Amino acid sequence: MNSMNAKGRPTGTGAETGFTPHETFTGNRGLVQEEPLIFELDSPGASGVDLDEPEEFAPRLGAAARQGRIGLPGLSEPEVMRHYVRLSQKNYAIDSGLYPLGSCTMKHNPRLNEKMARLPGFGDVHPLQPQQTVQGALELIDTLAHWLKELTGMPAVAMSPKAGAHGELCGMMAIDAALRARGEEGTRKRVLVPESAHGTNPATAAQIGFTVDSIPATDDGHVDVAAFKAKLGPDVAAIMLTNPNTCGLFERDIIEIADAVHEAGGYFYCDGANFNAIAGRVRPGDLGVDAMHINLHKTFSTPHGGGGPGAGPVVLSEALAPFAPLPWIVHDKGAYRAIEHESEGTGQPFGRMTAFHGQMGMFVRALSYMLSHGADGIRQASEDAVLSANYILASLKDVMSAPYEGPCMHEALFDDSFLKGTGVETLDFAKAMIDEGYHPMTMYFPLVVHGAMLIEPTESESKDSLDLFIATLRDLAESAKRGETERFSGAPYLAPRRRLDETQAARKPILRWQHGRNEPASKAAE
Amino acid sequence: MRYLPLTKDDRAQMLAAIGAKSVDELFKDVPEAARLGGLIDLPRRQGEMEVERQLAAMAGKNIAASQVPFFVGAGAYKHHIPATVDHLIQRSEFLTSYTPYQPEITQGTLQYLFEFQTQVALLTGMEVANASMYDGSTACGEAVLMAHRVTKRKKAVLSGNLHPHYQDVVANLSDFGSYKLVTEPPCPKGTEGLAGEIDEETSCVVVQNPDVFGHVRDLSALAEAAHAKGALMIVVVPEIVSLGLITPPGEMGADIVVGEGQSLGNGLNFGGPYVGLFAAKQKFVRQMPGRLCGETVDAEGKRGFVLTLSTREQHIRREKATSNICTNSGLCCLAFTIHLSLLGEEGYTRLARINHANAVKLADALGAVPGVKVMNETFFNEFTIETPKPGAEVIDALVEKGVLGGVPLSRLMPGNDAMKNLIAVASTEVNSDQDRAAYARALKEVLA
Repeated sequence: MNSMNAKGRPTGTGAETGFTPHETFTGNRGLVQEEPLIFELDSPGASGVDLDEPEEFAPRLGAAARQGRIGLPGLSEPEVMRHYVRLSQKNYAIDSGLYPLGSCTMKHNPRLNEKMARLPGFGDVHPLQPQQTVQGALELIDTLAHWLKELTGMPAVAMSPKAGAHGELCGMMAIDAALRARGEEGTRKRVLVPESAHGTNPATAAQIGFTVDSIPATDDGHVDVAAFKAKLGPDVAAIMLTNPNTCGLFERDIIEIADAVHEAGGYFYCDGANFNAIAGRVRPGDLGVDAMHINLHKTFSTPHGGGGPGAGPVVLSEALAPFAPLPWIVHDKGAYRAIEHESEGTGQPFGRMTAFHGQMGMFVRALSYMLSHGADGIRQASEDAVLSANYILASLKDVMSAPYEGPCMHEALFDDSFLKGTGVETLDFAKAMIDEGYHPMTMYFPLVVHGAMLIEPTESESKDSLDLFIATLRDLAESAKRGETERFSGAPYLAPRRRLDETQAARKPILRWQHGRNEPASKAAE
Repeated sequence: MRYLPLTKDDRAQMLAAIGAKSVDELFKDVPEAARLGGLIDLPRRQGEMEVERQLAAMAGKNIAASQVPFFVGAGAYKHHIPATVDHLIQRSEFLTSYTPYQPEITQGTLQYLFEFQTQVALLTGMEVANASMYDGSTACGEAVLMAHRVTKRKKAVLSGNLHPHYQDVVANLSDFGSYKLVTEPPCPKGTEGLAGEIDEETSCVVVQNPDVFGHVRDLSALAEAAHAKGALMIVVVPEIVSLGLITPPGEMGADIVVGEGQSLGNGLNFGGPYVGLFAAKQKFVRQMPGRLCGETVDAEGKRGFVLTLSTREQHIRREKATSNICTNSGLCCLAFTIHLSLLGEEGYTRLARINHANAVKLADALGAVPGVKVMNETFFNEFTIETPKPGAEVIDALVEKGVLGGVPLSRLMPGNDAMKNLIAVASTEVNSDQDRAAYARALKEVLA
């Protein structure tokens, strides 16, 4: 029986009514609100910005003045606010839960960094202001460059690449430029890439005209050194190697690999996506690396922002440093100076990667992270990341299946053999995690492991958080083995959307909203 | 350390569960010679207050655009950004989410990308747009590579009035990809005729509108000339606000349109992060680089959005991908799309009129300074002046008078004598009548 409060309002939970969730009138489900496209919210003539019409004047647009309407919707400020807040509530985020995407490094994004990037002296300065008016901005880039060089043990860094893959491109261009300087650009056209590499590695090498030759892995998840050495020859330009590798393992033969490629006249490109496992404990410069990009959005916590912006500075060895792209910064006569043209400095820059200095906003955030952690904190963060991954590996390898013996580095890799015969696949297992309130781990990568599940907890999780995550995966694994396939086959059941039809999306692409929709864009556009 | 939740006890318990004596055991695969015993020679951890003090000191050495009369453009523009934009992009669910690879729990990101793609297609007058590129310059480079793929030709023709840094980015990609490139000399009068350079080997002609000197042109005839030879026209839009007043490139016959979207929602940030815009004709969509978001339905038939056509991309195609790109400018395109949603049709076109009106007033004011000549007959919010003294010296002297007066074109094209006395000057909605008067007064003094 319901108890009553002083005003006579029922205070019971209603549990005894046997109520079950049903389709609602609005389509909303409590706090999960359905939200139309912004184009469907149009109040013609409305605006969320008050601007005064300019006084009459004679335009100077010549023959190119726009005729006709654009078709943008009009909304007031509160309507715009509500639209995007509702959209945001359909997103999973590191601030709302553990985000175990292996190889992606979803660590905490300190808000101090956001505040620093918004200081007017950083956020409100123009890349082509006179250099005497941006000395502090140049100092910031130079200071970050110093930290990156010290942490990697490398003598030079190209700051301008805009993301990891852009950094790869920069590093491989520097290698190509060095080969040109040696007169060997025509003969050294082959790049060796392990099977387990990120897709960007072969794509980058191919983009600038190298052929890609795949190196197999050993049964224990490392580069097959014998197979690698057999592939070396006078036509090899470089090896592109991720270390720690995408199986979450440190390549223990890395110095031998570096020596061998150098001896054969090639260069060593290291994919630095996993630098966060070793920062402060190992310097790539001590491993024989010639070029390595650093994803500031992984190791140094600049926010992923739903898919960018990234930032991918590239550290370079003595052999490659002279070929670094424009622009770069020098410090002389007590002032900082940006070298923007080959004629202004020494060196043989191979060219320019982007219009300006690179991702300054990300530089500020990364330096703020580094200054906060310090040399001691950065080392501790790497250790905690590795410790947490090993804790997951050790705690789950009896119910899930780990293809490689530990210890691992910052990510724990499982395959799908523990699901054999259950009717549950890696994808289903991952989707069931969504119903439990977790973002899935990275799936089906690396390609060398069947049904791969790559879990990277990062250093940002407490032990309680890790324990609950482990208990959840354990429960799911046991459930799958008990044959409770329904929990998996239709999952997720409780997310803002059920599984989406990706085949339909690709077969009849609808890539924009149009009036009289439900017509495929391709058809409407014809 | 305030960002690290594990306690000493936690670490000990976890090591015990793993069966390791110390964390060093976990790093046993690292070769002996490469193990660092101690700390790297860098400062130790610091509290928020100390970090803030240190970075604020650096920031304080710069002159921010909002502190002074500010007229610097040439590829990045100072605009007023509504407070709503920055509030929304800092929401955790947007800021700290990853690429939407799990669409069931990232519909927020996917829906705004779909809206963004629609907005970009509408502004440029094109059929489809992608979910953004790093910035305008890299988008331009990718557009040229795409034109090569579409036409199966290897030669690009670049306007000499394309931003020199954009030219450099294209040249860099062409150089390493062994493609041919013909670049016209710059034409400060804006009368460049490119059609004669297009031949049967040409994959594309790349032209900027407004160009680096600010000239605005109708490119319809150039598009026809390109198409007659089987080449594509790529139009580069360096200032996206301009499309509130200028005929969209799609209507002029562009096949690919790229642009810098920084002006909407994004601060100057000393050059980045910005947001590259990329739009094309529908028939080329499978040759486009970058992420695409598409509409579909879920298992219950409800509308939803996913990343699509990913068979073009590196994580599927590896060395056969259309591009090595594996990111977009997620948060920057969110800022763009929120700002444009706030403006709406009325606000966006009015903002463009204000920009143009302000630039017209400034051109008249500077043109009245003795010795100064305005080079443009047409322009949007940026134009070029010729001064009797070298532009770089004039700009430096203006700094002393507290005015940031523009970009000396000699900085973008050093060694070209024709650029020596030219300055690109931009005026947006942020400039007041007082700002313009201060500029004209200072310029008069500097040139006296």
